[in-house]
Amino acid sequence: MSPQPQRRRVAPWADALFAALSQGAAWLTLLLMVGIIGSLIVGATPALKAFGLGFLTSAEWDPVQEKFGGLVMIYGTLASSFIALAIAVPVSFGIAIFLTELSPNWLKRPLGVAIELLAAVPSIVYGMWGLLVFGPILATYVQAPLQAVFTGVPFIGSLFTGPPVGIGILSAGIILAIMIIPFIASVMRDVFEVTPPMLKESAYGLGATTWEVVSRVVLPYTKTGVVGGIMLGLGRALGETMAVTFVIGNMNQLNSLSVFEAANSITSTLANEFAEAGEGLHQASLMYLGLVLFLITFVVLTISKLLLMRLKKSEGTRT
Amino acid sequence: MNSALDVRRLAMHKKRKRTNVIALALSLGAMGFGVFWLVWILFETIYLGIGGLTLATFTEMTPPPQGEGGGLANAIFGSFVMVGLATLIGTPIGILAGVYLAEYGQKTWLGGAVRFINDILLSAPSIVVGLFVYAMVVAKLKSFSGMAGALALALLVIPVVIRTTENMLSLVPNALREAAYALGTPKWKVIMTITLKAARAGVLTGILLALARVSGETAPLLFTALSNQFWTSDISAPMASLPVTIFKFAMSPYENWQKLAWAGVFLITMGVLLLNIVARVLFKNKH
Amino acid sequence: MDAKIETPVGERSKLSVRNLNFFYGSFHALKNINLDIPENKVTAFIGPSGCGKSTLLRTLNRMFELYPEQRAEGQILLDGEDVLASKDDVSLIRAKIGMVFQKPTPFPMSIYDNIAFGVKLFETLPRVEMDERVEWALKKAALWGEVKDKLNQSGSGLSGGQQQRLCIARGIAIKPEVLLLDEPCSALDPISTGKIEELIHELKSDYTVAIVTHNMQQAARCSDYTAYMYLGDLIEFGPTAELFMKPKRKDTEDYITGRFG
Repeated sequence: MSPQPQRRRVAPWADALFAALSQGAAWLTLLLMVGIIGSLIVGATPALKAFGLGFLTSAEWDPVQEKFGGLVMIYGTLASSFIALAIAVPVSFGIAIFLTELSPNWLKRPLGVAIELLAAVPSIVYGMWGLLVFGPILATYVQAPLQAVFTGVPFIGSLFTGPPVGIGILSAGIILAIMIIPFIASVMRDVFEVTPPMLKESAYGLGATTWEVVSRVVLPYTKTGVVGGIMLGLGRALGETMAVTFVIGNMNQLNSLSVFEAANSITSTLANEFAEAGEGLHQASLMYLGLVLFLITFVVLTISKLLLMRLKKSEGTRT
Repeated sequence: MNSALDVRRLAMHKKRKRTNVIALALSLGAMGFGVFWLVWILFETIYLGIGGLTLATFTEMTPPPQGEGGGLANAIFGSFVMVGLATLIGTPIGILAGVYLAEYGQKTWLGGAVRFINDILLSAPSIVVGLFVYAMVVAKLKSFSGMAGALALALLVIPVVIRTTENMLSLVPNALREAAYALGTPKWKVIMTITLKAARAGVLTGILLALARVSGETAPLLFTALSNQFWTSDISAPMASLPVTIFKFAMSPYENWQKLAWAGVFLITMGVLLLNIVARVLFKNKH
Repeated sequence: MDAKIETPVGERSKLSVRNLNFFYGSFHALKNINLDIPENKVTAFIGPSGCGKSTLLRTLNRMFELYPEQRAEGQILLDGEDVLASKDDVSLIRAKIGMVFQKPTPFPMSIYDNIAFGVKLFETLPRVEMDERVEWALKKAALWGEVKDKLNQSGSGLSGGQQQRLCIARGIAIKPEVLLLDEPCSALDPISTGKIEELIHELKSDYTVAIVTHNMQQAARCSDYTAYMYLGDLIEFGPTAELFMKPKRKDTEDYITGRFG
């Protein structure tokens, strides 16, 4: 037998060092989350002390008198996000169905890529386009007619009062919708594709139409994932800054409930005011708003993740 | 021959067929709807952006309002510096954490927790990251700075890189790792020279996507790096960036500023799309 | 099962397994295995799926330690020293006991670097000597002629049979004493299989070879000794000719004649 070569010993500390570094990096992520929440709370403390929970229901925002209340911004954030969802969910659903059931194979990839590119476009582009291109068109072709039709109608009419200049909650909502469609559509498509083909084939075999297979077999099978995807879109919409800031109008008062009114969202207020806010109650109130926003998105995104995890788990179980 | 049943089926069938056609037509419409916006936005961006693009855009500084000429040179440079720094800082941390999740922490509580938290950070409002860095860095040092901006962007790079690194490493078959172990390779070397190498195309794609994402981010820079009218390469001072400059210019009523804003938007969009396409091609080639 | 130690007559024992029990979590996968694997001979492990033959192989080089739910109790003596209890760095043990897997696993690098990878872990060789070692290993694995002009190309560009021989060369390059082959031909076509079987025959003059195979004919062709396992027990162990022609136990005979499994 050939003689054994002299073997040197491998450095044992290298393994320990590497393991420590990678674990440390992992800890950093956790610390980051804790740090963000912590610094927001610390920054918001003066405002928390001064206004307490009343901050959430007061619509007064007066930097001169140092009286702050976040109701307008919270309303702006929620209203624009819900308008966005109302538009984005059905559209994303349609896109997901198209990509999974209708589209010929050769078209699937380019269309999928197109949707993903829509997601990659930076939000500032949406914002600028929304303000300078879309807004005026919205004013002329949508807002003016809507106003003409609904003036004087109780309830609904009050939703459409105010100057139809293309900015406001409705505009913000529409721009947000276009922004979150790719996210929701991608999740829905991924989730639809997870449906076992045999399940769908059994339904088709019974003579079901495509729509029936989708609505009665695929959707119920994937519903946790679908809701998870919608929540993901909502989370993004709530936290979006630039697309909203351009078109929401930067008004800290809410004159009416009209969606044509200029308003503010939490993110647009932060974007417009934080850099110049004096240290003290103004800045603290802005931090308070940031804290509220973070907590809302945290909850929404957690629910989304839990739902999506639940779908993944049920994939593994076979009946 | 059950003709009663047949008649009923036929009647229902017409309705079902119609519902089906309507539903599918709507879904086609939705697809068209999505593509329509993409095309329109891209078209306007290119059309209005190219119009304002000249050589001066790259060579001259941001002008005063209603001034003549001017460009975006300082903003472009600032963006390069901050995005570059952010990627340099964020990538190693992201890869190491991704390595932990895929190679050490698959079943540990830390792994589970980090995976969960990371996914939330991935979609969290980026303006809040700006607030965090403001509180930690800007407030403490009493000055806005390019470094703070780079840090804020780095915090956005990390979750993206963690996610892609972990996913790509998990795809490497265990047999490859075992073959390396069987030769007597220590764990750190298996990861660095075999596993990461096998996944390198995917990991690189992740880095490119992270880069694309932060290049267009505005909110976290608004109160960390602030902005700067003039050229500076000092990262301890406020620094101009393309997105923040665009924000300022676009919201203004001055025409020369608005034109420059469109040029800037065009540059960012093209850059981001290019990065995305390169990432995609890279990924496809290796698979 | 009886704790009789299976020792081939007249052979020097290279690897001695003593009272080996193996667990996947709470599942008792190997039950009190005792046998001696003889030096410079080919020992085959056969048995139906799930009998524990691969599990046994993977304890010999402590591969199971990668997975926390798996544990082994007992002794595995390599030339008298217990591998399982050894305080030595496990990499040094794996340098002496090499392994080739079911599916070819070329590393994502050139053919040359694949072979050099293991060598570089343990030795610092000047370029000329490394070239020689690579050539030697590839010749031993009967691959040199086919790849000598493309050493810089990626290992994954080779055919399945060539890749598997590359993995064998890679394992040989670090000059181990024992070679463990876990169903090395199961992913290959008949012609590549034949080449590898020839290779095994040549390798045994320098190495102790243990091969797991689900193909009884292969075991009959290639090995000097055969162990038949069933449900975690070692049923019979002996010279291949004897085991196949005159098995001592009825269970063995049933398996070999195809009555089950």
